[in-house]
Amino acid sequence: MIRPFGWNEFLIIVMAAQWTIALSAIAFAGGGIGGLLIALARVSEVRPLRLAALGFIRVFQGTPLLMQLFLVFFGMNIFGLAINPWIAATMALTLHASAFLGEIWRGCIEAVPSGQREAATALGLKYYNRMRYIVLPQAARIAVAPTVGFLVQLVKGTSLAAIIGFTELTRQGQIINNATFSPFMVFGTVAAIYFILCWPLSLLARRMELKFSRATQR
Amino acid sequence: MADTHAHTSKADVRGASGPAVTMEGVNKWYAEFHALKDINLSVDRGERIVICGPSGSGKSTLIRCINQLEMIQKGRIVVDDHDLTAGGKNVDIVRQETGMVFQSFNLFPHMTVLENCTLAPMKVRGISKAEAEATAMQFLERVRIPEQAEKYPAQLSGGQQQRVAIARALCMNPKIMLFDEPTSALDPEMVKEVLDTMIDLANEGMTMLCVTHEMGFARQVADRVIFMDRGEIVEVGAPEDFFNNPQHERTRNFLGQIS
Repeated sequence: MIRPFGWNEFLIIVMAAQWTIALSAIAFAGGGIGGLLIALARVSEVRPLRLAALGFIRVFQGTPLLMQLFLVFFGMNIFGLAINPWIAATMALTLHASAFLGEIWRGCIEAVPSGQREAATALGLKYYNRMRYIVLPQAARIAVAPTVGFLVQLVKGTSLAAIIGFTELTRQGQIINNATFSPFMVFGTVAAIYFILCWPLSLLARRMELKFSRATQR
Repeated sequence: MADTHAHTSKADVRGASGPAVTMEGVNKWYAEFHALKDINLSVDRGERIVICGPSGSGKSTLIRCINQLEMIQKGRIVVDDHDLTAGGKNVDIVRQETGMVFQSFNLFPHMTVLENCTLAPMKVRGISKAEAEATAMQFLERVRIPEQAEKYPAQLSGGQQQRVAIARALCMNPKIMLFDEPTSALDPEMVKEVLDTMIDLANEGMTMLCVTHEMGFARQVADRVIFMDRGEIVEVGAPEDFFNNPQHERTRNFLGQIS
């Protein structure tokens, strides 16, 4: 039943990139919200909150993404939920992204000089307004480059979702390879598509980093 | 603000009774370091206080306790009849009623001069943008830089930035102004423009506490000069007594070193 690797097979793989993009986008959006909460908890004045966020970050930084996927995937089953690769993959990647973005953004928030917070406090601005108008806008400028850099890692990281049966780019490659048995062609195509997704992001990250370092020099 | 009060007495009052600031038995520690030792001080409304002393003497810490940028561990601070020790809402009120000017300006670099001046009045006092901008322009004119309103802090000189910082604080219509070494980070040729602004403010009857080593300023505007050393208030006096006839050895040594 082996069929040749042709135009059709190529298109099927290209089309599967949409699921990689969708998974990355959802994980990045969810991780953006989760990461902000984690970062704020990490710089909070409330000690238990700081420690909880630190624990969360350490766990996710200290274990492989594949194990995180497995734990969420099989954990859902234990808690009586139906096994669903979509939900498991988006949940695991969102938690993963939350931890990493949380740690990146914590550094960016702490890089804003403490005098900024003091001046805002002295003017009577309270926590929400201080963060929203003074601290976070300044932290965001520093955060752009490393955040885009992490997005590249995240896009590549979605390939692991193939192992729990989520049909994205890598999994589609495996399926086509099983039918055509031309692994070099198939995975060459898959790799090329990842590259096309990630390369512009890397360029963007570099340009933003340059722009920021120039902006801070003056 | 003070136009109608411009040359009235120091007892200039806006509807409250007690002293502007009262500190009773205030103690503060940074871990093992005893930063403030049993501070007792009462500042009248409209009074101008200059605080001097060697670095690490606790003078900055002292004024930072007044708007609770620093917490104290023991004692009592009452600002404009609001007891800070009681915490809660009082701290918010006191921060709104006190303006602070920092050594390093601390303007918000991502906002224009005008935005720096309007943010707190809009977000804290809830006044409209148009009104906040009108007030801001008024104070920027008073510190003589209305033409810089649309610029960003990084485009201004140090002296201009510090005058914006003063205008920004005044936009909240504070009853008390705290100055934490406002001219120490400035190039010498810019010190005067900032001091002149502060002198104007003093002449308008503002209650002021200034940490500064500008002794000329102290002689000219201070009602009382306070000398601090190692976390204690060593000597308090009217400028002429303080400079011409200091009572304490430590004060004499300090004055000898800086003059």
